[in-house]
Amino acid sequence: MADLRSDFVGIKSPNPFWLASAPPTDKEYNVRRAFEAGWGGVVWKTLGMEGPPVVNVNGPRYGAIYGADRRLLGLNNIELITDRPLEVNLREMKAVKRDYPDRALIASIMVPCEEEAWKAILPHVEDTGADGIELNFGCPHGMAERGMGSAVGQVPEYIEMVTRWCKQYTRMPVIVKLTPNITNVLYPAEAAKRGGADAVSLINTINSITSVDLDLFAPEPTIDGKGTHGGYCGPAVKPIALNMVAEIARNPATADMPISGIGGVTTWRDAAEFLALGAGNVQVCTAVMTYGFKVVEEMISGLSEYMDDKGMTSVDQLVRRAVPNVTDWNQLNLNYVAKAKIDQDLCISCGRCFAACEDTSHQAIAMSEDRTFSVIDDECVACNLCVNVCPVEDCISMVELATGTTDPRTGKTVEAAYANWTTHPNNPSATAAE
Amino acid sequence: MSQKIFEPGVAAGRLDADAYTAQFSDLHPPLDVHEALVAADRCYFCHDAPCITACPTDIDIPLFIRQIATGTPDAAAKTILSQNIMGGMCARVCPTEQLCEQACVREVAEGKPVKIGELQRYATDHLQAKGVHPFERAAPTGKRVAVVGAGPAGLSCAHRAAMMGHDVTVFDARPKPGGLNEYGIATYKTPDGFAQAEVDWLLKIGGITVQNNAALGAAMTLDSLRAEYDAVFLGMGLGGVNALGAEGEDKTGVLDAVDFIADLRQASDVAAVPIGRDVVVIGGGMTAIDAAIQAKLLGALNVTLVYRRGRDRMNASVFEQDLAASKGVRIVTHATPVAVIGNGAVREIEFEYVDDQMQGTGQTLRLAADQVFKAIGQTLQGDALPTLEARKIKVDGTGRTSVDGVWAGGDCASGGDDLTVTAVAEGRDAAMDIHMVLMG
Repeated sequence: MADLRSDFVGIKSPNPFWLASAPPTDKEYNVRRAFEAGWGGVVWKTLGMEGPPVVNVNGPRYGAIYGADRRLLGLNNIELITDRPLEVNLREMKAVKRDYPDRALIASIMVPCEEEAWKAILPHVEDTGADGIELNFGCPHGMAERGMGSAVGQVPEYIEMVTRWCKQYTRMPVIVKLTPNITNVLYPAEAAKRGGADAVSLINTINSITSVDLDLFAPEPTIDGKGTHGGYCGPAVKPIALNMVAEIARNPATADMPISGIGGVTTWRDAAEFLALGAGNVQVCTAVMTYGFKVVEEMISGLSEYMDDKGMTSVDQLVRRAVPNVTDWNQLNLNYVAKAKIDQDLCISCGRCFAACEDTSHQAIAMSEDRTFSVIDDECVACNLCVNVCPVEDCISMVELATGTTDPRTGKTVEAAYANWTTHPNNPSATAAE
Repeated sequence: MSQKIFEPGVAAGRLDADAYTAQFSDLHPPLDVHEALVAADRCYFCHDAPCITACPTDIDIPLFIRQIATGTPDAAAKTILSQNIMGGMCARVCPTEQLCEQACVREVAEGKPVKIGELQRYATDHLQAKGVHPFERAAPTGKRVAVVGAGPAGLSCAHRAAMMGHDVTVFDARPKPGGLNEYGIATYKTPDGFAQAEVDWLLKIGGITVQNNAALGAAMTLDSLRAEYDAVFLGMGLGGVNALGAEGEDKTGVLDAVDFIADLRQASDVAAVPIGRDVVVIGGGMTAIDAAIQAKLLGALNVTLVYRRGRDRMNASVFEQDLAASKGVRIVTHATPVAVIGNGAVREIEFEYVDDQMQGTGQTLRLAADQVFKAIGQTLQGDALPTLEARKIKVDGTGRTSVDGVWAGGDCASGGDDLTVTAVAEGRDAAMDIHMVLMG
């Protein structure tokens, strides 16, 4: 079995699977059980400043989006940071870390954007024996209205400033958690780097309204007839998170900054994808809120089996493996030609590929009287929509046309040479205007 | 266990009194909301879906399942009922495993089709429970249509004709409307008076008058109906039962399976229906299966279904055969009756084994029998009918007979399988053709 031990900015854990700062990590009872279940680390639910804790709503905090069979695909929350007193959280963190010295324990922190506030809380956190801190610049609801969370994360100067304070007042590694509710994730990431951050973690949740109650005419979750936007997470946000992780990983100014990948990690495969795109480890929340702590067993066994199959002996060998292959559109090879191919043995004749192609794409699938579906190579542009809508895995695949063959759609010979948009004769920007 | 199950001869009350309710309860309990949503989620919404092609009434199945999945079961019911006004009954009695569910791509993919029949029942029950009739009549045309037979074909024709604005009179030989839905289907498939409830609901369209105890005959002839009405639809089914052709078949206890089934359906207390300790059913279709299973449910100790060919040739579906087997019915194949033995009443029945070419082998089998139910097919009865074809009324694709102004459909007409759903389709299509002809 592959060695899954992880070293993330000097923080060691038996595997790269951490629980993200969220309801599952709000108290000792949960965290102990998470560690017993096998989680490698925990980012404790965000601590606020000393004094009376925040107050949460007493109505529903979550809204959801479902797939078939009511499978939860997206979750939205309007919960605030911990609503328990700071001293209680600190005491519990200390007790847990004492009993689980081999696990990573990170404190998520969100206090007002004032130097004194950060200076005041950091020694208390350090005293718990926590392995590091994560600055919560991401929560998009509630706390942002008070000038914290994503309100800070949306201003790169503030990120840099607060990060610098934290590096000044603590010896602990500083992870900056980024909000996706921005135009370009590189600005906050670079700001964190300038402030001296040891790492960034992303994504935090996305502004969202999951649904509308069509009787009350109110957003859900609905509290006394009203609703507000919440933070969206779960499998539905994974593609957004993967892109942001990849952008930071391939950006020269931030490429050497470790990333803790967050956003819809539900299976070992999701985790492996984050690692391949540049994350050093992953954080999980919605999957455990849906299925419980036990899912980590599948993540551990799945990642181990995959790494064994690939001959990888440490997680580091997987990290960043896909980063070199993330490129700009203008670098894609326009001389690569593929065609859809339907495996007739696997086809169940549902005809969804036909409906999709005929109604909305390139009219490149033929349907016979006896419901045999076949690709018309003359029309197929290899858009992949048929693959995407087919209910049978691997039934339709994209097959590369060999060099030297003729693409029946264009009548052109497939060339071996790589050629992208910048060199294409149709590109009006290929030659500078005189 | 009641000792009465061992009592020789024919006797009522073989089971403990409280056993009957469970025995004759719904074969498939209705789906609840959760089950319906789980089942509906499995539909792939296929293009030009094979299930629609397989349905004799062409119900848009993917659409109605999507309507269930999106929380609008009444809209789903309208999708169903607009094609098949007896969608509720068909959901209960259709051999879905040979029709829509056999064609379902998930049957191909996983051997587990979408539960189309049960979903159809979920939707139609939902609407009918509200007592709402979703269709309205068109403006009156002043035309009058006579329908003979208040079974699935006749009622389907009557409903569609009434909907198009014609005034319809339905004549039926039996005391109650419904035809085979009321008299010919196993009790456990349509418990709780569903057949009559569906007829009552169907008639809410208005413009339909039902006259019971009125059969074609001396008082009411096809010619008299033609003289009085603008169009006539014949949907009287098959009233006769084929004979065994075996020596001694006139003995007491040799009965028509259809009568046994009808008596059971009409019984106010099934425990009072007498049944033999040893019962033999002869035939291989749905009627044979329904009779055999119900004989067993009534407490018959030994029920044997005997069919002259192999199981693969039986008209009853594999599902029905397996259901019978699971209830304890023994199925004997390749045997044809040669003699009914007994002194006045049947005591035994003798069969000869036959090969696939129906050639006798000389080998015989004797079964003890207090009752023998004949279910070897039904025949059309009546004189002065339009031209026949293979002993049924010859019709074209829209139900027109050889006689001008006379249409026919359902089991009495040629073409199509003898299924409720086929009868509904034929009645509907004939009504549309009648409408076209009457309105020029």
